Amino acid sequence: MIEVRQISKRFGTSVVLEDISVTFTKGITNLIIGQSGSGKTVLLKSIVGLHSVDEGEIWFDDRLYNTLSFNAKKEIRKEIGMLFQGAALFDSLTVEQNIMFPLDMFTTMTRKEKLNRVDFCLSRVNIHNANTLFPSELSGGMKKRVAIARAIALNPRYLFCDEPNSGLDPQTGIVIDNLISDITKEYNMTTIVNTHDMNSVIEIGEKVVFIHEGRKLWEGSNSDIMHTTCSELNDFVFATSLAKKIKEQP
Amino acid sequence: MKFLTAAGNYFILLAKVFARPEKFNIYYKQFLREIENVGINSFGIVVIISVFVGAVITIQTNYNLENPLLPRYLVGVTVRDSLLLEFSSTMVALILAGKVGSSIASEIGTMRVTEQIDALEIMGVNSASFLILPKIVAAVFFFPILSLLSMFVGIFGGYVLCIFTEVVSPSDYIYGIQYIFYPHYISYAVTKTVFYAFIIVTMSAFQGYFVQGGSLEVGRASTKAVVYSSIMVLLANLILTKLILS
Repeated sequence: MIEVRQISKRFGTSVVLEDISVTFTKGITNLIIGQSGSGKTVLLKSIVGLHSVDEGEIWFDDRLYNTLSFNAKKEIRKEIGMLFQGAALFDSLTVEQNIMFPLDMFTTMTRKEKLNRVDFCLSRVNIHNANTLFPSELSGGMKKRVAIARAIALNPRYLFCDEPNSGLDPQTGIVIDNLISDITKEYNMTTIVNTHDMNSVIEIGEKVVFIHEGRKLWEGSNSDIMHTTCSELNDFVFATSLAKKIKEQP
Repeated sequence: MKFLTAAGNYFILLAKVFARPEKFNIYYKQFLREIENVGINSFGIVVIISVFVGAVITIQTNYNLENPLLPRYLVGVTVRDSLLLEFSSTMVALILAGKVGSSIASEIGTMRVTEQIDALEIMGVNSASFLILPKIVAAVFFFPILSLLSMFVGIFGGYVLCIFTEVVSPSDYIYGIQYIFYPHYISYAVTKTVFYAFIIVTMSAFQGYFVQGGSLEVGRASTKAVVYSSIMVLLANLILTKLILS
């Protein structure tokens, strides 16, 4: 479980996050949704510690994370897997070396054990015979899947995904969403996904948090969204004429 | 104020760079990779430029020593001292600031804007140390070798010119090369090169590490890396020359 208590973040005079409190539950896929520029990426990066918050507390289970020293944070970070918007695979390393990297850094496994783990992670994300390819040789969907394989290499307790299906076609996006959801349940992780894709919300949004102009306006599940009275959320979710027609249907 | 902030960030970055490495064998592999990137890949440009500069200094010195009272071997002496004292250390460092400095800034800058550095941080890796320390060690180790290579090849360039054009006879040239040789000129050049290596890598890495934005900013960081590291090399040259030779 990850708990965020009254966090605020400013860049100069601009308030990006304001008094946000939310609990992300273990074993389900927690979604943060909102328009571009609403502050959801800053929220995600603040939770993982890439941005420091100005006020508030971030708890990883029973550990207060945001006030820890760099070295103390490192221990928790070894329990974190993260999928970035652009996958963030290391360009100079092959697929195999990318997934092996955290194993090389933080385990004492033998090379054979590491190779077995790499093969397991790759097969878990349905990638085969790509060990020797470089990221530049992969499609967008494959890059995301390899990034998921790298994120789960160390059996993380927490998984963060920043817009996992941006730049992907809807079908591939759903494959990635389902993969994240399945892995979350399989490893009983606390997963937080940042998205503005409504397909993701409908497909895997077991818990959804809506951020608008840096403030949390709503939280609930994907089925609750259809009946919400929050006007900002309605404007966001039912932005297209097709979505409006669906909502208006009895 | 902006300068002080940048200077502060530079020293904070250096403190992160020299933190204890997480795993020495991983850093060692990175070091070997950087030896190739920073050092071996610069062999060609150093050799080509040094050969031509050695030959050109030979022609120019001969042109300026037309007085018959001056012995011809002075051409060799001048070529040797020019190369040892200034060209093979400072000029080669300026060339490497262009080649290696821009490469480091754009590599680290691209890693920053594509979130690869964030990925390292999330894993619990000290990204500054992991990315920059092996480059510093490789450059400090290999730039002096490139400087020594440049001295040898530059002198050889002048010698080849003497053979084919007889600007000066090869025997006079060789005599001049050996005439009143001060070995500490080499240690002076190598000492300077070690400082230059540190300056070039850290200044360039600093520019890349704090890039914000996209490819345009990475390009700007790359240009800044070359300009600032070149200026700092020239400043260091002045200070080190004053300290060592006086």
